[in-house]
Amino acid sequence: MAKKRMIQAINETLDSEMAKDPKIVLFGEDVEISLFGDTVGLKDKHGAHRVRNMPISETVMSGMAVGAAAAGYKVVCHMMFGNFMYTGFDSIANQASKLRYMTAGQISLPIVYMSVFGGGRSAAAQHSDAMHPMFMNLGGIKVALPATPADAAGLLRASIHDPNPVVFLQAAGRGGESGEVPDGEVIFELGKAATVHDGDDVTMVAIGAMVRPALRAAKRLAEDGIGVDLIDPRTMVPLDTEAILSSVRRTGRLVVVDEARDLCSAASHVAAVCADQCFEALKAPIKRVTVPDLAMPYSPPLEKALLPNEGSISATVRDLLGKPAGVEA
Amino acid sequence: MTSSGADTNFSNEQMLGFYRDMLRIRRVEEQLGKDSLAGNLPGAVHLYIGQEAVGVGICSQLRDDDWIASNHRGHGHFLAKGGDTKLLVAEVYGRKTGICRGHGGSMHVADFSKGIIGANGIVGAGISITTGAAWAAQLDGNGAVGVAFFGDGAANQGVLCEALNVSTLWKLPVIFVCENNGFSEFSPYSTVTSGSIADRAKPYGAAHETIDGNDLIEVWQCAARAIRRARDGKGPTLIEARTYRHSGHVVGEHTFLSGTYRSEEEVEQKKAGDPIPAFAKRILEAGQASQADLDRIDAEITAEVAEAVAFAEESPYPDPADQGAGYMFA
Ligand SMILES: Cc1ncc(C[n+]2csc(CCOP(=O)(O)OP(=O)(O)O)c2C)c(N)n1
Ligand SMILES: [Mg+2]
Repeated sequence: MAKKRMIQAINETLDSEMAKDPKIVLFGEDVEISLFGDTVGLKDKHGAHRVRNMPISETVMSGMAVGAAAAGYKVVCHMMFGNFMYTGFDSIANQASKLRYMTAGQISLPIVYMSVFGGGRSAAAQHSDAMHPMFMNLGGIKVALPATPADAAGLLRASIHDPNPVVFLQAAGRGGESGEVPDGEVIFELGKAATVHDGDDVTMVAIGAMVRPALRAAKRLAEDGIGVDLIDPRTMVPLDTEAILSSVRRTGRLVVVDEARDLCSAASHVAAVCADQCFEALKAPIKRVTVPDLAMPYSPPLEKALLPNEGSISATVRDLLGKPAGVEA
Repeated sequence: MTSSGADTNFSNEQMLGFYRDMLRIRRVEEQLGKDSLAGNLPGAVHLYIGQEAVGVGICSQLRDDDWIASNHRGHGHFLAKGGDTKLLVAEVYGRKTGICRGHGGSMHVADFSKGIIGANGIVGAGISITTGAAWAAQLDGNGAVGVAFFGDGAANQGVLCEALNVSTLWKLPVIFVCENNGFSEFSPYSTVTSGSIADRAKPYGAAHETIDGNDLIEVWQCAARAIRRARDGKGPTLIEARTYRHSGHVVGEHTFLSGTYRSEEEVEQKKAGDPIPAFAKRILEAGQASQADLDRIDAEITAEVAEAVAFAEESPYPDPADQGAGYMFA
């Protein structure tokens, strides 16, 4: 175990995988100097032919990933900010996600489209979207959302090994993202959730960067005798529905915390699955803690008011249980 | 095509106006750069310092109903097109009194009442938007033009080729102004860009010029030709204005970048081509103004900036309860 920042965990994983497999290539805008620090030093270690800066050309970049992958390479395509995935969206949505299916499995496309995503940095609406639900809706693309540096290492390694396209959305750069990473080659199976806090009163599913405030809320609620079973799905496609359902069957309550806009959020999907498959176990309505249906603003007080936080998460749980703060549990 | 280089005769007043407009941008940017470095601004700030002659040389001949769109480095374009200093500074400070009421910030300053479609966080986005605004102007038949300001990095977005094609075909009144400042974020031009950007107009048969973007008069003259062409229904022009970005890509980059991508010597050498002192020298030598005139302008601008900062600092942050009300329809 060692304490690491998320970008460091990502960097080390890329490094060790590239050292083992010469078929892995990494490209993107300024990946050499590395805006976020996650790809720093990789060109020097693995060569200028394998780690390449791209011009600002997301359209060709996301498509080159498809072509290179079809031709036998394992491609890590760094799209910088998640919002720039929109600029390169055609090849992700029309090609990467569909070619295997449309060619009746003739090819597999081992691509990792990675980027930093989400709000919280006053980067305003064009740099702050949480667009994982959109990728979930595409089909043909796995969606990984690491919450911790250990998750980042384990999920990125699995994403690189995966024969199919994965969108890897890191919440790095928003501070406080350091954490313990097990030594050695940590790998987490895509589609396998982690339970990060045990409890019997309410199941909470927190997605990506929301795991951190959700865990703080769970610990605080435990002090008041409220038991939160906190699940980090780690990937939304595939989704470990069994882990969520079995918890909800036990607790009878579900709160989903997601930093996507509420409309068609990932939380909506989790809620729908539970309503559908364990309705009889529910003792209360399913609650979503999401971002209101606006866009991320620049001004800090505006942005802060939109993002789920420990307070709004705890309040939702207390409401659900009819136990307002300050009242003896 | 190259510009003639011949001096147009500008009145003393016009020359001082250009000087004032460039200096305003410079002083506002110096202030915002300082504020950002001190950690007093919420988001990223990209400074236009060194490129002022491009924005002013072009926008000084535009009307309020002409459109401009710009990029992440957009404060200069905003001010050059007549955007208000106070409203800009308050926006970058994230205040309720800002031009976008704190919703947009540095990368999104816009004032549609002045034809400023706005700064943009998506590299290359302004190119297509301006093309559409120019189409609207063509439909209206009002003689308005659209000007897209973008960087050498943005020229590598495929949208530039698409826009050159359709605007030439439709003879749209649009001017594509590529400010080649030598860098695409942290990548020097030659590492990510092949050939010359102006040449990209050739296969489409679009007019194109490469100019010294640090020479305000050269910029002005080139823009005058392009604007005439556009207003006369003769279609687009691609202008490549060669300039240099004095500051980093983003304020504070030295605090997080692991390495450097340009040498101190290069920066110092390029700063010698600073458009503002060069222009001051030109008007002084031509006897169009005295040093006292220039000092007076500097003092006035400095006061204007101080007033804008005071306005911003005294302004409240927007109330979260009001946010988006009326602006987000779905
Ligand atoms: C679609 C998109 N891709 C990448 C970025 C990240 N980015 C912001 S500015 C920039 C460099 C732009 O270079 P250039 O167009 O030359 O403008 P300059 O910064 O030099 O003014 C990059 C890569 C972005 N904002 N949008
Ligand atoms: Mg540039």
